[in-house]
Amino acid sequence: MAPRSEPDEPDAVDARDVAWYVDKLAAALIFVGGVSAVLFIIGIFVFVTREGMAFVAGRFDFVEFFTSIAWRPTSLIRPTFGALGLIAGTAAVTGLAMLVSIPVSMGVAIYIAEFARGRTREVLKVLVELLAAIPSVVWGFIGLMIMNPLIIDIFDVPLGLGVLNSGIILGLMAAPIMTTLAEDALKAVPDSFREAGEAMGATRWQVITRVVLPAAKRGLVAAALLGVGRGFGETMAVLMASGHAIHLPTSVFDSVRALTATIAAELGEASVGSDHYRALFTLGIFLFVITFVINLTADVLVRRVRKK
Amino acid sequence: MFGATEHNRRAARAETIAKVVLGVLTALLILPVLLILTTLVVKGAPAISIEFLTANPRDGMTAGGILPALVGTVWLVVVALVASVPVGVAAAVYLTEYAPDNWLTRIINLAIINLAGVPSIVHALFGVGAFVLFFELGTSILAASLTLAIMALPVVIVSTREALQAVPHSFREACWAMGATRWQTIRHVVLPNSVSGILTGVILEVSRTAGETAPIMFTGAAFFLPYLPQSVHDQTMALSLHLFVVTTQVPGVPAALPYGVALVLVAVVLLMNAGSIAFRMYLRGKKKW
Amino acid sequence: MVTAAASTSATADEDAVEISVRDLRIEYAARVALHDVTLEVRRREIFAIIGPANSGKTSFLRVVNRMDEFVKDMHFSGEVKVHGRDVRAWRNLYALRRRIGVVFPLPVGLPLSVYDNVAFAPRLAGVRGKTELDAIVEKSLRRAALWDEVKDRLKALGSLLSGGQQQRLTIARALSQDPKILLLDEFSIAVDPVTTMRIEDVLKELRAEMTIVLVTNLVQQAQRLANRTAFFYMGECVEIGETEAFFSGDVEDQRTRDYLGGKFG
Repeated sequence: MAPRSEPDEPDAVDARDVAWYVDKLAAALIFVGGVSAVLFIIGIFVFVTREGMAFVAGRFDFVEFFTSIAWRPTSLIRPTFGALGLIAGTAAVTGLAMLVSIPVSMGVAIYIAEFARGRTREVLKVLVELLAAIPSVVWGFIGLMIMNPLIIDIFDVPLGLGVLNSGIILGLMAAPIMTTLAEDALKAVPDSFREAGEAMGATRWQVITRVVLPAAKRGLVAAALLGVGRGFGETMAVLMASGHAIHLPTSVFDSVRALTATIAAELGEASVGSDHYRALFTLGIFLFVITFVINLTADVLVRRVRKK
Repeated sequence: MFGATEHNRRAARAETIAKVVLGVLTALLILPVLLILTTLVVKGAPAISIEFLTANPRDGMTAGGILPALVGTVWLVVVALVASVPVGVAAAVYLTEYAPDNWLTRIINLAIINLAGVPSIVHALFGVGAFVLFFELGTSILAASLTLAIMALPVVIVSTREALQAVPHSFREACWAMGATRWQTIRHVVLPNSVSGILTGVILEVSRTAGETAPIMFTGAAFFLPYLPQSVHDQTMALSLHLFVVTTQVPGVPAALPYGVALVLVAVVLLMNAGSIAFRMYLRGKKKW
Repeated sequence: MVTAAASTSATADEDAVEISVRDLRIEYAARVALHDVTLEVRRREIFAIIGPANSGKTSFLRVVNRMDEFVKDMHFSGEVKVHGRDVRAWRNLYALRRRIGVVFPLPVGLPLSVYDNVAFAPRLAGVRGKTELDAIVEKSLRRAALWDEVKDRLKALGSLLSGGQQQRLTIARALSQDPKILLLDEFSIAVDPVTTMRIEDVLKELRAEMTIVLVTNLVQQAQRLANRTAFFYMGECVEIGETEAFFSGDVEDQRTRDYLGGKFG
């Protein structure tokens, strides 16, 4: 074999040029952008807690907060911070909203994903998307100006603002998002499942109830959860349509006050740094934690679906 | 032997019933909303006029127009866009082009979902605690817009990410094989072919931020101001807040006025969304590969 | 002038080694794709690598221009030297890749104009003048046997050309880099036979100026084009030989004989 010499490569060709450094710089900046969402979520928690901390560390009474309906932060004699009425208000309104929204959105999702074809499907999807875009304050407006007189008329009650009004409004608000997410969950079920069912002679509906729905179970629960989260955190619509009474509701026509509405209604009047002010921030911490848990659960559920 | 058995007939009936029920449920969702929107148009149209859109409110906001609210909303939306689009696009680029499949990426995705799910009033509290107080921006367009920007960030990230993922991986490999750096590939091939998707996200963000009320209520929007904002350090009126104000805070308002404001707000938001949907459909026809 | 019988090694410069590989081992997470590979690719030869699927041929190419950087969980050990410099010691990998042209199995036309497709690499290298770019674009397209078909529509989108045209466009892009080495990974699988023959003619001409490594699943293609051929099988480099000897049955390993004889594919 003839002797081989390996050609020399001058060092100059391997020099790091401007493009090399620009690439590194771009990667760094993009990384910062990438973690920004994490920074902001942490930031939200930090800053809301920061303002509410003094209350939690000081005046906050766990028992009173969770068991007393006496929310009288502006009382001159003895301010109390019982949040039970507010929690009950939020629960009642969100509960009714889910009662309205879950059947409707599941139904619409099944219809769009399994039955509707071509043009109808496109139109329905567009309508759902437009529905989701209606701002919360407009929904509140609808609750106040349209639903209110309607409820007074139909049910012959003195006031149409309360659990029923805001429950229906919230249900209509949460439905589009729930529908879209549920539809995604149904679409994620492979067609081969459906084909297998149909090959066995089952009708469309049987395939849906016995094959598709069980397969999409996790995704559907996640969709419902995220809808609940949305209803839970809704502010303006509830503020305008649920009334102002702080108590434990006994009927759907009762006026209630939700956690979110309370913050929105009272923050403007509370002086910065006062117990009232800090108590409102504490309500905010409470809301943040609950929606965080809901979102986390929904994500875990969906993750398990994807891993399959 | 192959005729329809009783079992089959029952199954077919069950299916028909199911279809009817589903149809009814769908109607239950669509019809009330269509009715509501029609009411808005019918009751609000009388209030709409050129004067309505171009004049200031008068007589304690019981008459006149909504110009400062419109202008204010434009200010808020534009500043929020400037703040959120670069960050959102960068975040999406990181997730599609750089992020390895590890715990940090999972946390980022979790953070994005959570950010989208934070109640609007909690965003408001954050805005007050962080921008108004801690960073001492005071109640201003800047504080309110930054609060809105953080709220709308997930929208930009998700739309951009979809657009970036639609670019075939083979394009990137071809560029890398030629010696292009990651950034050169992104800059010359990936991003230019994702602009349309990014625009869709931007339009969605605009429609979302224009309608939000709670985050701006305590961070920079005011019920009534006698002048238009001159800089980002000023407070401003806003269309969404204005609807809240004339509906609940102003006595003696003629019925058509709040309907008119609601109609304008809904029209702006729905037109933007419809525009984004139409844009997406147009894009589907203009394939570049 | 290169003759039709590609098996002659007359034009290969036996004194210079372009790529030198010693004890190469490639792993993807837990799976070993290639191991104990030691070989040399000489300057200005066409070096073919044949073998059935999953033998490690594509992985081998990836290591040469360090495209492993972009593949998840891909690790390699051993010594791989391009132009005498270990590919892991290169400080600027982009400079390494610029000297190596690559053609992938599936044709790729970037969603830019044909002109911009071919001008992409020169522009990255800093070429700005229009006359200079025009010249490079034309020269590359001519050498890739595509110029006549696109010279009147240089503004057309590269991604909308036909498959055969896109593959030649890829070659033109590679040539615009003025590479010393050209790597082709099964370039003909998605391309019609006419285009394949045209590209093979192009390769025969290019051999005079650069080193070509040709991975192919078409045994006859190796026979037509290569100076030397290597047979990769199940992660091993089983045998390397002068093409003429190889294909006339003068092989050492039974596995090689079986593969060439069509006993498995």
